[in-house]
Amino acid sequence: MQWVLRVAVAMAAASLVSVGAYAVTDGSGDPSAVKSDDGKWSDKNDNPTFKVEPDGTVDWYTYVGFTRYSSECLRCHGPDGEGSTYAPALMESMKRLSYTDFYAVVASGKKDVSSAQQLVMPANGENKNVMCFIDAIYVYLRARADDAIGRGRPEKHAPKPEGFTKAEDECMG
Amino acid sequence: MRRASAGTWLAAGTILSSQLLIATAIAQTAGSEDLLKMQANAANVVMPTITYDNQRYSALDQINAQNVGKLQVAWTFSTGVLRGHEGAPLVIGDVMYVHAPFPNTVFALDLNNDGKILWKYEPKQDPNVIPVMCCDTVNRGPAYADGKIFLHQADTTLAALDAKTGKLAWSVKTGDPSKGETGTSAPMVVKDKVYVGVSGGEFGVRGWVAAYALADGKQIWRAYSEGPDSDVLLDPQKTTDLGKPVGADSSPKSWQGDQWKIGGGDTWGWYSYDPTLNLIYYGSGNPSTWNPVQRPGDNKWSMTIFARDADTGMAKWVYQMTPHDQWDYDGVNEMILADQQINGQTVPTLVHFDRNGLGYTLNRATGELLVAAKYDPAVNWTTGVDMNKNSPNYGRPAVVAQYAPGSAGADKNYQGICPAALGTKDQQPAAYSPDTKLFYVPTNHVCMDYEPFRVSYTAGQPYVGATLAMYPPPGQTNMGNFIAWDATTGKIVWSDPEQFSVWSGALVTKGGVAFYGTLEGYLKAVDVKTGKELYKFKTPSGIIGNVITYQHAGRQYVAVLSGIGGWAGIGLAAGLTDPHAGLGAVGGYAALNSYTALGGTLTVFALPSS
Repeated sequence: MQWVLRVAVAMAAASLVSVGAYAVTDGSGDPSAVKSDDGKWSDKNDNPTFKVEPDGTVDWYTYVGFTRYSSECLRCHGPDGEGSTYAPALMESMKRLSYTDFYAVVASGKKDVSSAQQLVMPANGENKNVMCFIDAIYVYLRARADDAIGRGRPEKHAPKPEGFTKAEDECMG
Repeated sequence: MRRASAGTWLAAGTILSSQLLIATAIAQTAGSEDLLKMQANAANVVMPTITYDNQRYSALDQINAQNVGKLQVAWTFSTGVLRGHEGAPLVIGDVMYVHAPFPNTVFALDLNNDGKILWKYEPKQDPNVIPVMCCDTVNRGPAYADGKIFLHQADTTLAALDAKTGKLAWSVKTGDPSKGETGTSAPMVVKDKVYVGVSGGEFGVRGWVAAYALADGKQIWRAYSEGPDSDVLLDPQKTTDLGKPVGADSSPKSWQGDQWKIGGGDTWGWYSYDPTLNLIYYGSGNPSTWNPVQRPGDNKWSMTIFARDADTGMAKWVYQMTPHDQWDYDGVNEMILADQQINGQTVPTLVHFDRNGLGYTLNRATGELLVAAKYDPAVNWTTGVDMNKNSPNYGRPAVVAQYAPGSAGADKNYQGICPAALGTKDQQPAAYSPDTKLFYVPTNHVCMDYEPFRVSYTAGQPYVGATLAMYPPPGQTNMGNFIAWDATTGKIVWSDPEQFSVWSGALVTKGGVAFYGTLEGYLKAVDVKTGKELYKFKTPSGIIGNVITYQHAGRQYVAVLSGIGGWAGIGLAAGLTDPHAGLGAVGGYAALNSYTALGGTLTVFALPSS
């Protein structure tokens, strides 16, 4: 839950400072994993990130992100973050969206309704199936945006961290 | 005197009121009697299913197997909407009624004046309904009766429009989108009632079919798919399941606790009607959630064929095709009514091509199961249905545990299941030709991996709980087939492979031609006897609409809506990859977006005028 708390602070900050347009790997900057807290990896800016071993093994949360993305997001955004006929390819969106941007859109939703198109992203703030796994979904899509993993189910993943089931139970209720 | 007088008054009053009743009854059934006659006139398309029996057969034969190759585009019309265009227009006399997905625009076009717009109706709807729609904002079209056009909007408003002016005559809210209830299916009118169903199986919506009065939109009955007998409109003694009474509270007994309240079984498919038996037929969809481990039991009456009294809604018989669904094989596909010769006898049959990959033939009067056979050889989740009437498993499919998600618990990836969740066929309706006695079936040829996991229910939020990966059957690259099927024996007669799933409703004509559309956007005409391709034309976008034919001013036309989207637009837009094919094969299956782009257009075809 650490990340979630940090987001509240980050979101407040984002409204005061404009985001720099310097060259980065994705919307949150350099995704390189620098530290781990019980299997949750962060980059140097404390954003959640993925960790892919040379043999293709992904961290647990990237794997969980794949399963939850496929359950909650695929119906509109298509398999593997590739987009559908009516919703954007998130592996592309993540190249410009920061973690904060991502979090805000997922929690609060987004509307782009005109005579030409009717794009409506629902607010998922109350949806436990999304919010309990939002960081996992984020790191999965970040990995897709950065081409760190390919399409489909990650073949190998790190073991389930000790605290995962307890945290999941607490969040899902 | 007083008493006598009062008696006279009473008698006179009774006579007066019964005359009124008779007059009202005549007025109320007029629509239906007209419809019965009108649907028999092949020049028109008066209902979304073309005819009450859902055969999608036309007696028109100006366009035939010999000349269909000369077909040309006569005129086109843009709906101005980019989302997936399912369903088909109606044609009544000189007017064509064309609908669009959300915002659910309806146009009346003048066939005497090159499709000039006579009126346009666009309801105001809260766009928050858009993300509550499972798989794109599709709508399968309006219905007609009694000088009115009936539209079931995305936000579950049932609107009755004056067919001449497009003015709203009445409207009624049939459901609650904030709980995930949405409207996608086409209404059906029988006698003085208009029936509508509901979508929302991915949101835990308990399915229902409701009958509203044609005259004023008052609800007459509502029959749920799940719950106590009084909700489902089941009679424990008189309603039968494979010939036996269903017994008391058959639905709640098949669920854990009160899970049936969020149990799905939605009713977003097509309806058919047998005027002789006075029964309507439809199927219910998947039980919610997609994680079967979370809902033990048979989950009745999801995945069920219902035969209901057209007047009262009371169920005459039921048959659950896929007890305890583990695959999302909704049972909503159309029920085609045809009288067929089986073992030398003419049997009033109902033929249904289910998502689960089995083609069913039943006696539609009794609900007796006659044939259940795979209509795609790839189907592997079952070894077949137990047809032994003395078996305790009579009528149940024998499930192959390896291909049944949840059979060894959740959080496990079940691989190589055929068909995929979108089914061997989805809602795109098949056609039946009484000339060849064959069914023409648009099919999907896609398999999947399925991992169920824990999910929590919040009203109005998705309630899914599974991860799926879809891909063509091992060693194959075609993701669809267009087949001819003999429903008396359960055999494929011929099969035309298609690169993508065939997601368009079929049409077959007395001219010996079967028509269908493809996801790349081709309208195709094939020979009914051999499947040989006779004509194709690439429309502006992928076709998920249903092909129709009509006659105007003595000339036969063929029409179809194109406009890619829907379920097909999700899975196939980016192309499917085979997770088992190893490196290098990924991306080997062509992406649909290399072939077609968005946009709703009606294309109308005719032979060159000589």
